[in-house]
Amino acid sequence: MSVNFTTPLFKVERDENKCIQCRVCEKQCSNKVHSYDAEDDVMRAKDQDCVNCHRCVLLCPTGALIIKKYPNEFRENANWNGQAISEIYKQADTGTVLLTSMGNPKPFTIYWDKMLLNASQVTNPSIDPLREPMETRVLIGRKPDKLEYNAKGELVTEIPPQIELNVPIMFSAMSYGSISRNAHESLARAATELGICYNTGEGGLNRDFYKYGKNTIVQVASGRFGVNKEYLNAGAAIEIKIGQGAKPGIGGHLPGRKVGEDVSATRMIPIGSDAISPAPHHDIYSIEDLRQLIYSLKEVSGYKKPVFVKIAAVHNAAAIASGIARAGADVIVVDGFRGGTGAAPLRVRDNVGIPIELALASIDERLRQEGIRNQISLVIAGSVRNSADIVKAIALGADAVYIGSAALLAIGCHMCMSCATGKCNWGIATQEPELVKRLNPDIMYKRLVNLISAWNHEIQEIIGGMGINAIDSLRGNRLMLRGIGLTNKELEILGIHHAGE
Amino acid sequence: MLKEGQIRIPSGCAISGIIDKKGNRFTGDVIMKSIALMHDRSNGLGGGFAAYGIYPQYKDLFALHIFYDNTSIKAQTEEFIEKHFEIESAGDIPTTPVEGITNKPLIWRYFVTPRTYLVRDGFMDENEFTSRCIIKINADYKGAYVFSSGKNMGAFKGVGFPEDIGKFFMLENYEAYFWSAHGRFPTNTPGWWGGAHPFTMLNWSVVHNGEISSYDANRRFVEMFGYKCTLQTDTEVITYLFDLLVRKHGIPIEKAMKIMTAPFWDDIDRESEDVKKELKSLRAVYANALVNGPFSIVLGCENGMIALNDRIKLRSMVAAEKGSKTFVASEESAIRIICPDPDRVWSPRGGEPVIAFLEGAQK
Ligand code: SF4
Ligand code: SF4
Repeated sequence: MSVNFTTPLFKVERDENKCIQCRVCEKQCSNKVHSYDAEDDVMRAKDQDCVNCHRCVLLCPTGALIIKKYPNEFRENANWNGQAISEIYKQADTGTVLLTSMGNPKPFTIYWDKMLLNASQVTNPSIDPLREPMETRVLIGRKPDKLEYNAKGELVTEIPPQIELNVPIMFSAMSYGSISRNAHESLARAATELGICYNTGEGGLNRDFYKYGKNTIVQVASGRFGVNKEYLNAGAAIEIKIGQGAKPGIGGHLPGRKVGEDVSATRMIPIGSDAISPAPHHDIYSIEDLRQLIYSLKEVSGYKKPVFVKIAAVHNAAAIASGIARAGADVIVVDGFRGGTGAAPLRVRDNVGIPIELALASIDERLRQEGIRNQISLVIAGSVRNSADIVKAIALGADAVYIGSAALLAIGCHMCMSCATGKCNWGIATQEPELVKRLNPDIMYKRLVNLISAWNHEIQEIIGGMGINAIDSLRGNRLMLRGIGLTNKELEILGIHHAGE
Repeated sequence: MLKEGQIRIPSGCAISGIIDKKGNRFTGDVIMKSIALMHDRSNGLGGGFAAYGIYPQYKDLFALHIFYDNTSIKAQTEEFIEKHFEIESAGDIPTTPVEGITNKPLIWRYFVTPRTYLVRDGFMDENEFTSRCIIKINADYKGAYVFSSGKNMGAFKGVGFPEDIGKFFMLENYEAYFWSAHGRFPTNTPGWWGGAHPFTMLNWSVVHNGEISSYDANRRFVEMFGYKCTLQTDTEVITYLFDLLVRKHGIPIEKAMKIMTAPFWDDIDRESEDVKKELKSLRAVYANALVNGPFSIVLGCENGMIALNDRIKLRSMVAAEKGSKTFVASEESAIRIICPDPDRVWSPRGGEPVIAFLEGAQK
């Protein structure tokens, strides 16, 4: 056998003075990094297999473990850096596409961090959310262009179905299969308690979770896994997934080893078979086809549920969004290039798509120019990290945001970006019963409730400071934003002034 | 320095409004006295009045009041007006020199009717036609500004204290059944006459005290329906919101109030199913027409006066009644100085409109 050219990414450091050889780390690490060497009576670590998920670090009873970046360095080279070199080794070794997980980690501009918010001083009082009502409720769905009253002064317009969110946040699509049952249960219960929605992802909906239907968005993706009439009527809304920010233009692949009995029943596929979602929907090759699918879904659900259409933020997103609005969708979802994923080809994830901030700004503006922005709801996703990102997104023009990675972090994800291996030590991105068991939904759903409640307080605080007491008055209110360190072109696309202007 | 319209200038203010619901007309001295009392709420950088019922002899014609920077833009604008309207009468608006009022533009008035074939060709009614022409002049004719365009009503405004502006326009010579007035306290201003209040559009006039924090959300909403907010002022966008909701969309005026100062969700949730459904529809469809931040406004329309406060009453506003007259003002003293013994004085709650319409007018 030839030498393996790759060096480890991480180094496991064990403080021998602290280690009591309890072998907890060995039991906890699904990557089998730790082992006990009986001969020498020491614990050993196989650095090569460590993904730096912190599981062993946090569970070691004596705090003996530290995971560090592997100190070995290649000769300095700004072009051929360590990652570029290692990737060549890996592909030369295996002859395969590089697979990765979670969102684009490259140091592209994060526009959220280049926008600053406004607050009231003197001419306009700020509003204290502890003393005054501060409304964060939003209605998501299609709206008529105007309301009509008859001569008697009675409202005659019936508005299409809306979903009501107490906070402009939803949990984005993560399929049962890509994440565990316990993770799903945590999301569903949290959404119910918070008065928001979670999304089934493309893997169908487990029987046991039908009871959370009022707070569920059921997804229809190209694989159509688990889609039947009952499923389509089980949630509060239906989402057609055209694309995903992490892998625009690419389908999905759930490896057969993740398809156990439960997943197989939910997805309606045989146990152990690979679940392949094709890149396009094979019945949608154009916008007219999309219209047909939207209306088929509306027919099957009796026009009682809003239909979302989710696309990845690509170069021409504004025109596509306008087409989607005209095709009859009630809600447009746009997922930025930093959006997370259970598995994606690395080259695609890191190079395809555009930042959500820019896509959002241009879609909102385009729909306004066409005079149809008020008729549909616009939801964004693709790396919303905190409440300030949300405030900025809404000021740019979003109705609500989807969070995926942030929600998983709340229930223990440590961003090791190894979901695709199916060996998530935190019981999230795995189907192995031993690992799934580690995630206790009774505790984890509360952490999600805590996170969203905390963000809601922060949103209220920030908009109150602007002198606003309803999120409606923030939506599209771009005067509340100023750019910092941005070029004229970037400011133009975002539709905002520079700080100091 | 950038002028109003090129930059957004926050300002505080004083407002006052008086209507005789029987339609009896009275001269401008009364409102001038009321607004003068609140002298300290303005800083000499803007004052103005709206008067309804002042042109009975031309009551079916649109009265255009226009500021011009110079005679060449006047000639160009008149060419445009001539092309789109029949001009019944034209002339400058009479003024008298007042100390402290300087830099006056050319101030002209035209009584016009839209050319019928143009209205017909455009598949619009004459209000829509006229409003589009005005939006066009204000956006495209640099140095010309239409500051009043209603029928049998007019706005008078300029840079100065409101009482001086009133004297300058000799408002004691006009008789109206409804007057509103505004004194302005902008935080900075290049002193442009067009930037003073009231702001008007057709028969709407708005005087406003406050700074709305929802400005850009409201602006971008009305601009979707063809309006252009050339002034970047709160009053302008509030006027357009009323015009859009009531004139274009045909929403009853008291429902329009429920949009602009929407009841809180908690209150909506407590209503009966029917009421809840209606209020929810209003908030859903017109979410971006909610006006937020501190304000009190006096709105004038054909039917009379409406005064409104923001939802949590962040700006003072007092109302009073005496016989057939209704008064509103930023301060009670501004009412008492002209009506020492009102039958009733009250402080309207946040989001609760004071509607004082002419007798027999449709709400
Ligand atoms: S993969 Fe996780 S559990 Fe295993 S050694 Fe590394 S940090 Fe510890
Ligand atoms: S979900 Fe699990 S495997 Fe994926 S990044 Fe988070 S901790 Fe790692």
